[in-house]
Amino acid sequence: MAMIEFKNVEKYYDKFHALKNINLKVEAGEVVVIIGPSGSGKSTLIRTINGLEQVNEGQLLVTNFDLADKKTNIDKIRKNVGMVFQHFNLYENKTVLENIMLAPRLVLKRDEAENKKIALDLLETVGLADKAQSYPRMLSGGQSQRIAIARSLAMKPKALLFDEPTSALDPETIDDVLKVMKDIAKNEGITMIVVTHEMGFAREVADRVVFMADGQILEDDTTAEFFDNPKEERAKKFLSKIIKH
Amino acid sequence: MITIFTENWQALLTGLGYTLFSSILALFFSLIIGSFFAILEEMPYRILKIIARIYIEVFRNIPLLVVAMFFYVVVPMYVTNINGFTAGTIGLTIYTSAFIAETVRAGIQAVDPGQMEGARSNGLTFMQAMFHIILPQAFKYVIPPLGNQFINLVKNSSVLAFVAGFDLMYQGDIIASTTFDTINTYIIIGVLYLIITMPLSYYMRHLEKKLS
Ligand SMILES: Nc1ncnc2c1ncn2[C@@H]1O[C@H](COP(=O)(O)OP(=O)(O)O)[C@@H](O)[C@H]1O
Ligand SMILES: [Mg+2]
Repeated sequence: MAMIEFKNVEKYYDKFHALKNINLKVEAGEVVVIIGPSGSGKSTLIRTINGLEQVNEGQLLVTNFDLADKKTNIDKIRKNVGMVFQHFNLYENKTVLENIMLAPRLVLKRDEAENKKIALDLLETVGLADKAQSYPRMLSGGQSQRIAIARSLAMKPKALLFDEPTSALDPETIDDVLKVMKDIAKNEGITMIVVTHEMGFAREVADRVVFMADGQILEDDTTAEFFDNPKEERAKKFLSKIIKH
Repeated sequence: MITIFTENWQALLTGLGYTLFSSILALFFSLIIGSFFAILEEMPYRILKIIARIYIEVFRNIPLLVVAMFFYVVVPMYVTNINGFTAGTIGLTIYTSAFIAETVRAGIQAVDPGQMEGARSNGLTFMQAMFHIILPQAFKYVIPPLGNQFINLVKNSSVLAFVAGFDLMYQGDIIASTTFDTINTYIIIGVLYLIITMPLSYYMRHLEKKLS
């Protein structure tokens, strides 16, 4: 059984057709990178996977629940599927440690001592053990994003979604975040879907690359095939443009 | 003026007590009811939004006196016997709660929507996100307008005079009609209202400064 599967999914914002006949299968443990020009529907696609956007037609199976079915309890899926946002969305009224501990405490009812230990270990992993008592407003973008990743990992998710996690960061802090993401991809066995323009990251850890344009998936290939031998004209153009940057 | 005070101080103090008591009750319950309808309106269910909207619009747009009279006259006729103080305080609570609901809702909307998305993606339910993340942040946007509403609430509690609620205004009316010294009576009444509202106003401004 696939971890995530789109079957003929359609999505509209009122009259605007944002996702067109999406078919996509992601197996457990796979790392998939989604690229494509701005406005092509990458965020929309990734946000449907944990129900931040509703799909209108087709089937969207996530950990075997159908998100297109209104009866599905979305909270059950979100317990297993974390999300990392472009603008972090850390809880502004909580310390870093509380950001990480809150959901496991409320949702998983994790024992408090264990919860704290896991949170502190995660802070260590992302290299920010000294920030436990800081508030989000005191952190740099790169630090915030690493905390956001730690917060997602604390839930021990089956899958993690990343929506342009480095696009809002200063260039010098991007590598710290990418390193944490690469470690997850290589070590944790967590299914990852990553919207990003970091082609180095894609080459190094992605199993597959999906290219989107105008709400459609135009290309879905293994990483090597995509970079060495892209088939779609638009994918080629897009690649040459971002690689020149 | 002095003699009015010395001869009626018991009535005046009683009135002050009733006004304070009514205001505190109404403040407490309108905060709860107002926040309830604010949250209801932010819930991702259309039917709940509509219910909340109707409640808020209806009670914001009917004069307080009409609401109070409804509980003073209509409710005892058909439902249960309640005295003027209770009727007035219920009216005051419902009326104020509609304004508080609007204020709290505006506060909730002022919080970055990313906070709710982050919390929901993290596995929190809507209610958990609301109580742990959104409302604590909405609080700072809500303090200044809420302060205004508390002051309005105290002043509006004078509606109790119309339903025999024993409040300051009610005592003032009685004293004025027995002593015929309307000017001095109402000056005293005004000063007594100020004694409640001025510290409130001062405290709110202090709180506002502390938060910003
Ligand atoms: N909430 C929304 N309401 C209406 N249109 C939207 C909304 N979100 C996105 N869109 C539109 O859908 C298209 C795809 O957007 P998005 O998924 O954000 O693209 P990408 O992430 O690839 O830049 C864009 O044209 C955008 O304007
Ligand atoms: Mg996007």
